Amino acid sequence: MIKLKTFPGGVHPPDRKSLSVHKQIEPAVIPNVIVCPMSQHIGAPCQPRVKEGDKVKAGQLIGQADSFVSAPVHAPISGTIKAVCLAPHPIGKPVMAVTIESDGLDAWDDAIQEDLYYSRLEPKDILNRVRNAGIVGLGGAAFPTAVKLSPPKGKRIDTVILNGVECEPYLTADHRIMLEEPEKIIAGLRLIMKVLNVDRAFIGIESNKPDAIESMSKVAKGESGIYVQGLKLKYPQGAEKQLIKAILGREVPPPPCLPLDVGVVVQNAGTCLAVYEAVRDNKPLVERVVTVTGSAINDPKNLRVRLGTSFSDLIAQCGNTNGSVGKVIMGGPMMGIAQHRLDVPVIKGTSGILVLNRKEAAKQESRACIRCGQCIRACPMNLLPNLLGIYCEKGRWEDAEKLHIFDCMECGSCSYICPASRQMVHLIKLGKQEILSIQKKREAKS
Amino acid sequence: MWPSMLTLGGVALFSALGLGIASRFLAVETDPRIKQITDILPGANCGGCGFAGCSGFADALIKGKAEPGGCSAGGIAVAQQVGNILGIKIESGPKKIARVFCRGGIRHARDKYSYTGVKDCKAAAILAGGPKACEYGCLGMGTCLRACTFGAISMGPEHIPVIDTRKCTGCGKCAAICPKNVIRLVPEAQRFLVLCNSHDKGKTVKDVCQIGCIACQICVKKCPAEAIRMEDSLAVIDSEKCTACGICQGKCPQKVIFWTDEQGMIFVSEEGKTVAKAC
Repeated sequence: MIKLKTFPGGVHPPDRKSLSVHKQIEPAVIPNVIVCPMSQHIGAPCQPRVKEGDKVKAGQLIGQADSFVSAPVHAPISGTIKAVCLAPHPIGKPVMAVTIESDGLDAWDDAIQEDLYYSRLEPKDILNRVRNAGIVGLGGAAFPTAVKLSPPKGKRIDTVILNGVECEPYLTADHRIMLEEPEKIIAGLRLIMKVLNVDRAFIGIESNKPDAIESMSKVAKGESGIYVQGLKLKYPQGAEKQLIKAILGREVPPPPCLPLDVGVVVQNAGTCLAVYEAVRDNKPLVERVVTVTGSAINDPKNLRVRLGTSFSDLIAQCGNTNGSVGKVIMGGPMMGIAQHRLDVPVIKGTSGILVLNRKEAAKQESRACIRCGQCIRACPMNLLPNLLGIYCEKGRWEDAEKLHIFDCMECGSCSYICPASRQMVHLIKLGKQEILSIQKKREAKS
Repeated sequence: MWPSMLTLGGVALFSALGLGIASRFLAVETDPRIKQITDILPGANCGGCGFAGCSGFADALIKGKAEPGGCSAGGIAVAQQVGNILGIKIESGPKKIARVFCRGGIRHARDKYSYTGVKDCKAAAILAGGPKACEYGCLGMGTCLRACTFGAISMGPEHIPVIDTRKCTGCGKCAAICPKNVIRLVPEAQRFLVLCNSHDKGKTVKDVCQIGCIACQICVKKCPAEAIRMEDSLAVIDSEKCTACGICQGKCPQKVIFWTDEQGMIFVSEEGKTVAKAC
C-alpha cells in the first residue's frame, strides 16, 4: 500500500457519494429548448455572434470570446435561435443568453470530425484547439483552460497534477468518468503535458475511490512519467493549493501568486477528457457530466448533459423530487451556489445538482463566537476565520484586510465545523466585496 | 526621611522643569480656528462629510479642502457659523432629508426564497440580489438603521425602515449604504413623493408587489402642472413644478403617491380618508 498524502487542516464531512456512485453515466434527454448564457466562465463575457431566426448546428460558435481571459460558447444542439436576451443564470443575476429551439435532428457542425493524426500536432496547435473549443476548468470554478496552459514567459512548469479528488460530498461525476473513460483522461493529460513541455504528472485521487485509483493506475502503468497518488479522505483535498501541498509539499504563496509560480499546473479529470475530445475530434465543450443527487431526489444519476439544459429537466429525468425539497444547490454542499428557481441552465461549471430535503437544509441560528478555535484548526489556508468573521460582522474592514481575507478560498470548512453555527464564509464574502469597493475608492482618490 | 523627601522632590522638580521647557519649545503649532470650528460642529463624528470625524472636517475646512456647507448634520446654522469664522458668506439652500422609497414590506411584497444567511442587507444582496422578489425593493434587514449615527431610523412593523424626520440630519449615510438605493435624499419641503423604487414593467411589479408603481401613466396625464414624468417605468415628481394640488395621489391606482406635512409626517389616502402614517 502506497502511503496516503494530505495537507494540514481540513474537515471530514460525510461524503454521501453512495447515492450515485454506482450509477453508470447515462446520456440525458436532449431538450427542446436550450439557454446558453454568454458568461459560463471566469473572465470577460462572450459577445453573441448569432441573431434571432438564425439556424445553427451543434458545435457551431455562438458566442465569441474577445479577451484573453475568456472562453467561447458553442451551440449544444442544432436548431433555430429564438432569442438573444437576458436570461436567468445559476450564479444569480440574469446575464445575456442565446436561446436555441431544437430542430430534433441533433445535426453536428461539419468541422467536428476525428483527426486521426492528432498525436502529431504541435503544442501551439493543441493550445489553439483547446482555446477554440471553449474549454474551462470543469471542477466548478470554470477558469479558461487555455489561459492556464499558457504560462507567462520565464515561468517554468515542471509538474502537471490531474485532480481526481472530487472532495465535495455527494458529487460523483469525476469518479464515474475515471472509471468509465480512464484512457481518454490520460490521453488528455498527455496532450496537456505536451503543451506545457512537462514530463512528470501526478494523478491525485482520494482514498474513498479505490476503484478509481485502480482503473487509473492500470492505464497509467504503461505511461512513463505519470504516477497515481492516493490521498487521505479530507475536505478540501481537491482545492488546487491543498492538492499541490499534499502531493509535492510545495506551498503556493498568497495572491497574486498562482500554482504556476511554484511550477505546477492542476487540471481536473473532466477537463482532461474535454481536452482530449477537443483535440482529437475538434469537438467544442457542449456537454459535461452532471451528478443529480441528494436525499430529495428519487433516482440519483450521473448524466451526460448538453450545456443549457434546465435544472428542472434534469431533475425530472431523475424521478423528480420526493416532496420535501429544502434547498437546490448547483455544485456540492460545501461550495455550491443555492438556487431559487429551476429554470436556470446547466453551465460549464455545473458539476452537480444537489437537492436536499427540508431537514438537511435547515440551519441553526448563528450565535456569538465561543472562542473554541476549531475553525482555526480546520482552515486549510492557515487563516483566522474566527476573527475574520467578527471583523466582517462589525464592519472592521481594514482589520479583516490585514488578516489576509483575500487568501480565503471560501471552502466552508470553518462554517461547517463551527459549534456556534457562525456563517463565517458569508461574512467573509461580504467583507471581500466591501474591501474591494474601499480599495477602488482609495485608488480613485490617489 | 529627609533623603527620600529630597530625592522625590528633586525628581518632581526636575520633571516639572523638563515638561515646562518642552511645552514651550516643542509645542505643535495649530490653527486656533480648528478648535473653534470643532466646537461648532455637532460632534457626532458621523462621517457624512466624507472626512474622519468632526475634527477631520474642521482641519479640511481650514486647508480649503471642504466646503462650509459640507456638514449636512449641522445644517445651515452650522454652515453659517463656520462661514463667519472662515470669512465666507453662506447662501442657504433647501434642507434635504432621507426618505425610504419602498413600502413593499412583508405584507405586500413577495419573497423569491427564504433567506437564512447573515442578517445584513448587503450580505443578502450577494445571494441573487437578496430574498425579495422585487429586484428594487427594500430588503428590510436594517443595515441603514445600524449606519445611522443620529438614531433617526427604526424598523417598522412590516420590516421597512421608518425615518424620524425630526432627527434626520440628511447626512446621507443610510442612502450610501443601502445596496438597493431605496433611501434617497430629497428636499424636506417636497410635499408629494412616489414611494416606490421599481423600474420593472407593470406586469412584473404586479407579480412581486401589491403596492408598486406599475407605470400606468395616469398621474402623468392627470397632473395639471405637468410636474410628473416617467423615468424608466417609474413616476418621478419634479418638486419645483409641483403645486401640491394632490390630484395625482387621488388618481394613483396603486396608492404609491404620498404627501407629507411640514413636520415631514407622511399621509396616505385610504378609502377616501387621509390617514397619517409614520414613514
